[in-house]
Amino acid sequence: MDFIGAYSPDNLMFLVDGFWITLKVAAISIVLSFIIGGILGILRYADIPVVSKIVAGMIEVIRNLPLLLIIFFVYFALPEIGIKFSIEASAIIALTVFESAMLAEIIRSGLNSVPKGQIEAGRSSGLSYIQTLWHIVLPQGIKKMVPPIVSQFISLLKDTSLATVIALPDLMHNAQVLNAQSINYIVPIFILVALMYFVVNYILSIVTRRLELKAS
Amino acid sequence: MLDFTILSENFDVFLEGFKNTLYVSFLALIGSFILGTILAIFRIAPIKPLNWIGTIYVEFIRNIPLLIILFFIFTGLPVFEIRLSGFVAGTLALMIYTAAFIAEAIRAGILSVPKGQMEAARSSGLTYTQAMVHVILPQAIKIVIPPLGNQFINLVKNSSVLTIVAAGELMYQGDLISSRTFVTFDVYIFVAVFYLIITLPLSLGVNRLEKRLALSN
Repeated sequence: MDFIGAYSPDNLMFLVDGFWITLKVAAISIVLSFIIGGILGILRYADIPVVSKIVAGMIEVIRNLPLLLIIFFVYFALPEIGIKFSIEASAIIALTVFESAMLAEIIRSGLNSVPKGQIEAGRSSGLSYIQTLWHIVLPQGIKKMVPPIVSQFISLLKDTSLATVIALPDLMHNAQVLNAQSINYIVPIFILVALMYFVVNYILSIVTRRLELKAS
Repeated sequence: MLDFTILSENFDVFLEGFKNTLYVSFLALIGSFILGTILAIFRIAPIKPLNWIGTIYVEFIRNIPLLIILFFIFTGLPVFEIRLSGFVAGTLALMIYTAAFIAEAIRAGILSVPKGQMEAARSSGLTYTQAMVHVILPQAIKIVIPPLGNQFINLVKNSSVLTIVAAGELMYQGDLISSRTFVTFDVYIFVAVFYLIITLPLSLGVNRLEKRLALSN
């Protein structure tokens, strides 16, 4: 094992570059999936005749598929029908599709935690259904949603490593590149990379716990 | 439209992958249930060093990607002259990873059993271990079943990662077919359907159990 060679300045910078891509892809995906998941979650919650059923079906199907399959699908299968994205865009799209379904469920259960009486009260004081959702239900539900959303972000950071299979130059990918240089690098690089993921995710999980305590 | 001849001509291969996915998931579930239970007990046992071991394991493994564990076992262990097949390495990685989540689910279940139960068991002469096995765990299991179901769904989905080490599961077989026939789109759709055959009924079952449990409380 060659710790000194493995942790050379060049190698460390290379890993930091990869980590930056991981964080960037994860951050863009979480923002996009928060928006899409929010819309889907509200549509499922709102009990609109046909629409809510269709949305519920979509969410259930996507939630129950492996993320890896979605990544492969976006990158390898969509070009077959003429839709082609770059590696980074494919990773972001696949992650967004998957995480939107996850976030939709989180948002829906947050909304469900608000007593139904609140809607009735809002409606009977003259607000429209949409106004009631926006001004009464959402602000109360959001407190319950934040902790699971942060922990979903932890999953997302971990899941971004799967995009290594389509050669996204993320932390996992760059680690594999270094590992291929020398058998003596493998263990030191794995230890360092695992610690990098761990530190960021552990801090986030402490944040989640704080928020959970505050919410309860 | 979907090309169903791809499905019928390669049905054996799909089925092989389907069976392997189920097989890997079951093996990993059993392994991670045993390991997870031990870790959960470590975390709540009144012995400090065990608490530390349990906590470090759970916190560390939960916060790193499954892929790192898999690569470490598959490409890191050979550095120490330990060589495992893709299938064994993959099953081990899934087991090690899932055990951390199962440990948390079981710990939450155990903590939900009122403290008085332990005190009553201990004061009627049972040892800590006896009280745990005969009094606390049987009551905890009811609360633990829905999250365990969710973990099994995650296991089935995560087992797709084993395609990277050529473990012969569903995703891998799908890739084989698509690289042989040059049809990707349709093959992935069929692969998706095979995954859903396992995960959707499980997910519906878990939902129903959770609702029933919420009602009974």
